[in-house]
Amino acid sequence: MSHLIVEISKYVIIILMAVYTYSCFAVFSTWDPDSKRDMLRNQNVLMFLLHLISFLILFMQKDFDVQIAGLYGLQVVLLATTILAYTKLYPKVSRVVLNNMCMLLTVGFIMLTRLEYELAFKQFIFAAIGIGISLVVPIIIKKLKVLSELRYIYGGVGIVSLLAVLLLAKASGGALLGFTFGGFSIQPSEFIKILLVFFVASSFKYSLSFKNIVFTTAVAALHVLILVYSTDLGAGLILFVVYLTMLYVATKQPLYLLAGGVAGAGASVLGFKLFSHVKVRVQAWQDPFANYDYGGYQVAQSLFAIATGGWLGVGLMQGEPEKIPVAESDFIFSAICEELGLIFGICLILICISVYIMFLNIAMELKGMFYRLVALGLGTVYIFQVFVMIGGVTKFIPSTGVTLPLVSYGGSSLLSTLIMFAIIQGLYILREEEENEQRKKKLRREAGSRKAGRRAGNSGNDRQRAKGL
Amino acid sequence: MTAKERRAYKKENKQKKREKKDRNRQFAFVTYSFVAVFLCLIGYLVYFNVVRADEVVRSPYNARQDNYAKYITRGTIYDRNMEVLAETVKAEDGSEARVYPYGDLYSHVVGYNVHGKAGLESTLNFDLLTSNAFILDKIKADFADEKQPGDSAVTTLDTSLQQAAYNALGSFNGAVVAIEPSTGKILAWVSKPSFDPNQVSAQWEGLNSDENSVLINRVSNGSYAPGSTFKLVTTLEYMRENPDTYGNYTYDCSGVIDYNGVSIACYNNTAHGHEDLGNSVAYSCNTSFSNIGLSLNQDRFQKTAEELLFEKKLPGGFGNTVSHTGITAAASDGDKMMTAMGQGKVQVSPYHMALITAAIANGGELMTPYLLDYTQNNGGSVVEKKMPKSYGALMTAAEASQLKEYMKQVVDYGTASNLGRGGYDVAGKTGTAEYSDEMEKNHSWFVGFSNMDNPDLVVSVVIEKSDGAGRATDVAGAVFDQYYNQ
Repeated sequence: MSHLIVEISKYVIIILMAVYTYSCFAVFSTWDPDSKRDMLRNQNVLMFLLHLISFLILFMQKDFDVQIAGLYGLQVVLLATTILAYTKLYPKVSRVVLNNMCMLLTVGFIMLTRLEYELAFKQFIFAAIGIGISLVVPIIIKKLKVLSELRYIYGGVGIVSLLAVLLLAKASGGALLGFTFGGFSIQPSEFIKILLVFFVASSFKYSLSFKNIVFTTAVAALHVLILVYSTDLGAGLILFVVYLTMLYVATKQPLYLLAGGVAGAGASVLGFKLFSHVKVRVQAWQDPFANYDYGGYQVAQSLFAIATGGWLGVGLMQGEPEKIPVAESDFIFSAICEELGLIFGICLILICISVYIMFLNIAMELKGMFYRLVALGLGTVYIFQVFVMIGGVTKFIPSTGVTLPLVSYGGSSLLSTLIMFAIIQGLYILREEEENEQRKKKLRREAGSRKAGRRAGNSGNDRQRAKGL
Repeated sequence: MTAKERRAYKKENKQKKREKKDRNRQFAFVTYSFVAVFLCLIGYLVYFNVVRADEVVRSPYNARQDNYAKYITRGTIYDRNMEVLAETVKAEDGSEARVYPYGDLYSHVVGYNVHGKAGLESTLNFDLLTSNAFILDKIKADFADEKQPGDSAVTTLDTSLQQAAYNALGSFNGAVVAIEPSTGKILAWVSKPSFDPNQVSAQWEGLNSDENSVLINRVSNGSYAPGSTFKLVTTLEYMRENPDTYGNYTYDCSGVIDYNGVSIACYNNTAHGHEDLGNSVAYSCNTSFSNIGLSLNQDRFQKTAEELLFEKKLPGGFGNTVSHTGITAAASDGDKMMTAMGQGKVQVSPYHMALITAAIANGGELMTPYLLDYTQNNGGSVVEKKMPKSYGALMTAAEASQLKEYMKQVVDYGTASNLGRGGYDVAGKTGTAEYSDEMEKNHSWFVGFSNMDNPDLVVSVVIEKSDGAGRATDVAGAVFDQYYNQ
């Protein structure tokens, strides 16, 4: 009987996810502000429904453990508070980004609770702290105009902390990744991504002279080299691609893209020859089954999970995602595909894409080189990390061990992603308010010049709301 | 607003839009690029799930399959006539037991479902633990909190042939495999010593440490010197190196050949006298083949051997041991002579020799061997039917046809003339492989097929430590007799 319930819930969850995903894109093509508002509100309904059904299954399958029910309650409170706090504190917040942030957190909560209650509880704490911190970020963006001038600080802090990790930290899982104090380990590479984006954006805002481009490239390259040397290949690769993208957009020079691509390819070949840990990853990628005992094990287990799950998944608690190594972080996508199915997995990818499109839309609307480059850079960090993660666990590209932002377990990853989202929200709010100011000024000017007291409030508000995604 | 003002406003607006588009050209390019990359990723995932997933799930490394056993009753394995080879029987207390009605007869090919699994129980694990039962049956089982009925597998195995091969091997250790060359269907697969799969759990320690390696599947994982059966490979290479003149080959056999201090004798020192290539094969003349071996280009020989699947994983997916020729660029004359007659460092499995023979019988084209004919659900409806699949040509049709002729002569008047007297014709090649210093005991080999014009059945036999009483040709004969007289 319980098997039957799980089977039915499986389909319901997929349908909820599919409808949610559809609305992520449909909202872009809707111009009627009322139906847009309904759509965004419905997204929250879908999310809470999916959360509820999944937790009912988990509750039932985990022997009606009260802890599960308690955690569910806490998560609902957190998610609802997040939506309320953001919308009340910042009425101009991008609802699309906010909703998707909560949706991705929800998917992570479900899967982590399924994998291990302790992890899910810790993740909940990280999320609560992270959201609390992220709530003040938009104010900082708005008030601190000096942010665009601090390029030496961004670059300096980045390199120093990376070197510190390299020198001080103990090896964890083959890669030198972080500091540990007070039981918490901090992975600076997660935050370095943000710092580097700020460094590059402020440096290019300062000058686009060839000399300064060379300097900026050298600093960025140093970041990448330290990361590769620390065997954190995933972060190194992400920073490389992010820098290249920012360089291309800032200079509008496709030649840089080409040169960077060639240099990257050369560096990859060199890395393959120089570092054994790079070689192992590539071989495991080429044939994880033949190299099962030599590094192919992880990817092979991941593929077993995805293949066993098929389109519809085997149902929550029906699979064996604990067989996948680091299923809670680096391989969480495989665990999701196993139990919730590949359709759900593809929907998840599409949600990430819609977040990215929204980020880039915001970047395009912004004024000022610094803000535009920050939004572009952070958007690229986000989407490329999603790509490296999912591509790696599905054997599309060699696996490099990065997390799926907001879904994977991990305090550093979660906190840095929440901050990234909040920075972009801050930029969006800044732009909305600037535009509002301008519109008001213009209205005042028009009203003054024509003296005719035509009230322009309504139409203006509507237009503004239509933009308020 | 006057008309002039409106025009100016419109113009300004247009200009702004164009500026914005210009400003954002790079952003758009970046966005489209990443979206394109993701579309590739999603496309790949769809491809993976549609094309590759099935194979991945079946990987023996995938321990996940056993999880299904919690919800699904393992399906039955049948032979081609629906004789039960393995089934799950539920006791009154609800516990399940896997029962193998034929005991030792199918030990290696059907395998067992404990201690890491083996045989069909391992390769068909996923199919047996998949339920394609009618949806209402499934719901009914769910409501009753019962397991779903797993799908059953109907194999290509033929119990009467299996029994004939098993009996003919008697108390010898060795292996027999019988394949339909036109389709690749495997009809019999015997490895001895055998064990009772019903007792694997109880006797695991003993089986695992058995000095005769009873658990080794000798058909696919036995490594033997092929002896004279390898002369088929040597002959093919000689034909390839001398495409116009191999028909004119002659040699005068005096029973022994001495070359640069290496001496090689024919079996029992028999002098075969003046002979051509066909007679060299028919009489399995060692001295003539040593002579041929000395003339061969070792690189090309190795290449031909690799085309015949040496140094490779074999088709069929039975996890075979890879065969080696041991040919090196630095081969001495003695090595060349030994290799040409299938001694020296050459190692093959009976399964591999069966594939080479099947390709010869089937005009050069090898059909991928298979054991699973189809799967069916609990109601008997076919879920998936396996169709014969070509692996590709191992040699040209002309080469296959010539080798067939030579193999026919082996049975007509050569070393296997005791065969083919049951109202059907047989072609083949015998072999006697020395495996140690125990000169009076050799591995006895036979590979061959019945019905020259339209080959019906390929049989490959090896008997370990045959003392002359157990001959591979007799075992093959018993299998052919059963095939035509059943």
